[in-house]
Amino acid sequence: MIALRRPRMSRLAWHEARSGLLFLSPWIIGFLAFTLIPIVATLIFTFLNIKLTQDVPLRFVGLDNYIALFGDSQVWDSLLVTFKFAAISLPVAVILPFGVALLLNSRSLRASSLFRILFFMPYVVPFVAGVLIWAQMLNSDTGWINGLLGFVGIQGPDWLNDQTWVYPGLVIIGVWGIGGGIIVNQAGLKGIPTELYDAARIDGAGWWGQLRHVTLPLMSPVIFYTLVLAVVEVLQYFLVPLVLNQGTGEPGGTTRFFNLYLYQTFFSYQEMSYGATLAWLLFVITLAITGLLFWSARYWVYYAGESSSSA
Amino acid sequence: MSITAQRPIPALPLEKARPAKRRRSLSETRNSFALTMLAVVLVAGFLSPLLRSFALSFQTPEQISQVGAPLWPASPQTYDYQGKKYSVYKVPIDGAIRDMALVKKGRTESQLVDPANPGAGLVTWQGSWRTLDPALTFAPTFDNYTDVWRLLNYPRLLFNTAAIAIIGLIGTVVSCTLVAYGFARFRFPGRGILFLILISTIFLPTAVTLIPTYNIFLRLGWVGTWLPLLVPAFFANAYDVFLLRQYMLTIPREMDEAAAIDGASPLRTLISVIVPQAWPVIIAVGIFHLVYSWNDFFGPLIYLSTKPELQTLAVGLAQFSANRSAQEPGLIQAGTLLTLIVPVILFLIFQRVFMRGVVITGVEK
Repeated sequence: MIALRRPRMSRLAWHEARSGLLFLSPWIIGFLAFTLIPIVATLIFTFLNIKLTQDVPLRFVGLDNYIALFGDSQVWDSLLVTFKFAAISLPVAVILPFGVALLLNSRSLRASSLFRILFFMPYVVPFVAGVLIWAQMLNSDTGWINGLLGFVGIQGPDWLNDQTWVYPGLVIIGVWGIGGGIIVNQAGLKGIPTELYDAARIDGAGWWGQLRHVTLPLMSPVIFYTLVLAVVEVLQYFLVPLVLNQGTGEPGGTTRFFNLYLYQTFFSYQEMSYGATLAWLLFVITLAITGLLFWSARYWVYYAGESSSSA
Repeated sequence: MSITAQRPIPALPLEKARPAKRRRSLSETRNSFALTMLAVVLVAGFLSPLLRSFALSFQTPEQISQVGAPLWPASPQTYDYQGKKYSVYKVPIDGAIRDMALVKKGRTESQLVDPANPGAGLVTWQGSWRTLDPALTFAPTFDNYTDVWRLLNYPRLLFNTAAIAIIGLIGTVVSCTLVAYGFARFRFPGRGILFLILISTIFLPTAVTLIPTYNIFLRLGWVGTWLPLLVPAFFANAYDVFLLRQYMLTIPREMDEAAAIDGASPLRTLISVIVPQAWPVIIAVGIFHLVYSWNDFFGPLIYLSTKPELQTLAVGLAQFSANRSAQEPGLIQAGTLLTLIVPVILFLIFQRVFMRGVVITGVEK
């Protein structure tokens, strides 16, 4: 290592390092106690037969839990449910905040700071409250959404009780969570130098051309960031169905998400080892997908700072 | 998304300074009007569920379930005529619509009385009474609020939620300030890697630490107490440390160097030089934690499920609505509004600080 060639730390530097680590110590202790050691313990659990109420002798079971995983159709069914939902919700989670931010940043919009507050506000509404409010809106008889659809002559579906429409229904329930994304996108848009738009206009680009050739490339880091966070989040999705129907998976198992299965394995069946195996599977899947995204980033995410010097 | 020192974006980015104002052309005005109208429609749709919830919370189950119920709390009007109650309908008579009490219903003709002029006696009206619309009066009920207050044990849950949020706030602010100071002001080997580890915990699925953590809390006898919700707050978290560190990096070092020369210890410097300058972002961290803790569902759900008297509003509300059938939407919506009112008001008061905080944690990583 480089440290070999470096002279020993001076007394002053040593002093500084000690102080720094002392200030970091709350986080270091917390990280060890609540993150690192639990992750390792979770991994160790996967090779044991631990239960919350240890009614059988504890022993090393090798790869039994992993083998069980592959034979467990509930694992694959619930993963499929999660991926199906992700396919519908991810585009919305990325595009909607971007679109609203574009609107809010438009120079033609009056009172944009008021709109910004109003669009952000539902972000702070407790999620349980949001779910109950939107469930009311989606009610097939009395909800305003079907009322509106009926007004234009469309017979609305029974959103949350229909096996096809339940996913769009859940996406609608999630729409109040876009506030953070709006703010982040808006800040990104403000960071785009106006000269670039002037240049594009001179080159004859219209609204679409400017969006396509200036806004989108320069916003790609922000879009990438929202996408990664949304992926991590959607893979863990299960609390909304848990509140809506107490985790029964209704209608017809379409809301039996992977994390719900994990949660029930641990808390309802008290299977710690198998739950831990499911948790590691989720962890590996999350790592694999985000890893794939980071790999793909080099093809579509444009970092101004890397090639040329720019703000 | 680079980890660079930048002064936080100042307050609300109000409109950018425009080039010398010339008179706006007609098409610009039209554009601006159309776009603003679009925003009004979108925001109205976006927030309409709140309005719906608000209206429902003042309605009785009968008002909600009546056929053709309007959006506001409405009850059918009645009129006492000769000791009996009759419903009042909107009746077209002589080209005008009048509110009349329906005394005798008939398919082809009905007997009516005018509540404004009962002395005139019964009036015969030609037509089926079924075609008539009932006359409605504005009749909001406050029973939903008083009932849910009692049934949800609201004062107790409110106290629990607030206590957990405030104790956690103290822990978060203190621990995150210390850790952020360590990252912002001291050089030591491994600092970069530690910071990277800190940030990467944001992307960690909670499930991967949940099982052993729950188990430890169970063995410690902490399940069924507030401790699992409070203690981790005293050990800092990635978002808030990042936010504070970014801000501290923008504070000039000259001042803490001067303090150090005067013999101040690093802790002294933090308290008397850094903290007074970092107030805006410390407040942001505090508000973030309050809202986060207020809205947390999973933590209280798993750690307090056996102790309803220690439970928070979010979980209490979810269980309340699960135990009641959908027959009482008014009651549930009243509980919902009582749950969301505190974070929404906090946000509206501190919206500048709040949104600036979101920008820093979101954009610069």
